[in-house]
Amino acid sequence: MDMTPMVDLFSLLLTFFMLTTTFRPQEPVPVDTPFSISEKPTPDNNIMTLVISKDKGVYFNFDNGSDTSFHFRSKILEQMGAHYNVKFTPEQLQKFEKYNASFGVPIQKVGEFIDAKDPNDRTAMQTGIPLDSADNQLANWILYARTVNPNIKTLIKGDGQAEYPIVKKVLDILQDKNVNRYNLITNLEAVVVKKTE
Amino acid sequence: MAEIVQEEKSEKGGKKKKHHGSAHVDMTPMVDLMALLITFFMLTTAFSKPKVMEIVLPEKKKDQTEAPKIAASRTLNIILGPDDKVYWYPGNADPTKLPLPVLQLTDFSDEGVRTILLDRNIALFKKIDQFNDDIKTGKIEIPHDSVPEMIRRLKRDDDTGPIVLIKADKRATYKNVVDIIDEMAICGIARYALVDINYLEEGMLKVALGEATSVLPENGNK
Repeated sequence: MDMTPMVDLFSLLLTFFMLTTTFRPQEPVPVDTPFSISEKPTPDNNIMTLVISKDKGVYFNFDNGSDTSFHFRSKILEQMGAHYNVKFTPEQLQKFEKYNASFGVPIQKVGEFIDAKDPNDRTAMQTGIPLDSADNQLANWILYARTVNPNIKTLIKGDGQAEYPIVKKVLDILQDKNVNRYNLITNLEAVVVKKTE
Repeated sequence: MAEIVQEEKSEKGGKKKKHHGSAHVDMTPMVDLMALLITFFMLTTAFSKPKVMEIVLPEKKKDQTEAPKIAASRTLNIILGPDDKVYWYPGNADPTKLPLPVLQLTDFSDEGVRTILLDRNIALFKKIDQFNDDIKTGKIEIPHDSVPEMIRRLKRDDDTGPIVLIKADKRATYKNVVDIIDEMAICGIARYALVDINYLEEGMLKVALGEATSVLPENGNK
């Protein structure tokens, strides 16, 4: 039996899938976003994401801008470290730049977090970014992310079951930092909206 | 499948079997591997990117002493309660003007909050319908591609539709908030705002939920 056409087709498909696949980094917590009818796609770059989990944890992520040569991630971390008197080695900064998932560790532990070899250790460290008024690190992350990258867009990825007070808290911090335009990440729902379960 | 050609060893003097055409390469492992990889990539590929809902809030003013005045007749308050419950009341709750409005229960279904919003927004929809009719009958002649822009302008300049104040209780979830904002988009409500719930409304919500008998705390001095 001649298998050449089959192999041809397979290699074609394989190439297609390999090129179209983008690996989405693992989020520290599973987040079920709510549904909406909005059809606006998520922007690809110049974004910072605030992840709000079901158990009131807030995680943060930002990208390198439209081009990796901007090194926004390491710059933001460096400035953030300078604010809290935390020093990072060039290796740590480089490693942080490549680490692409959201993180939820206090700035004092970011160094340890980057150096952790075992992914399980990392997961254990993710307790959420402190955001109470005594130690509002989230506000500073937002501040430095926006000073380093003025074009950054804000995305909020909240779990549908997250309680309103924590959402309100995050929105208040954003408003405090003059972020008045932001995007809520949702899943597209069919035009006919289902009845609530 | 590819065949394994066995060389026939014949007795001495026998002819060697001649290989015709192409040499057979066993491609089975390669095909196996490719099928595996294709399956993997197909399963991990997510074609639909998540969508976003854009929200623009007014700027926070430092010296804001007074809330902007809005017509009470156009105001519709939506209170998001626990367990996906939605309460609403028209106008505003004023402690000096008793009796206080009673909260009415509705839900996120098509017959619930959407009907309420659409009923109040009917003037705008009539205007848009009229506009579309005028274009069809030729009363208004504008370039085809500026129609959505005109409709958007109609929505923006509309001054009869409701002003919806969304107030979420502590026990409401993020899903409720997104759902109600989504509902604003579905019903074409041009003016809405996320507002903090006040103590009166909290009391009214408690009464509606049956957790308290009077709106104000019993031992309160207010």
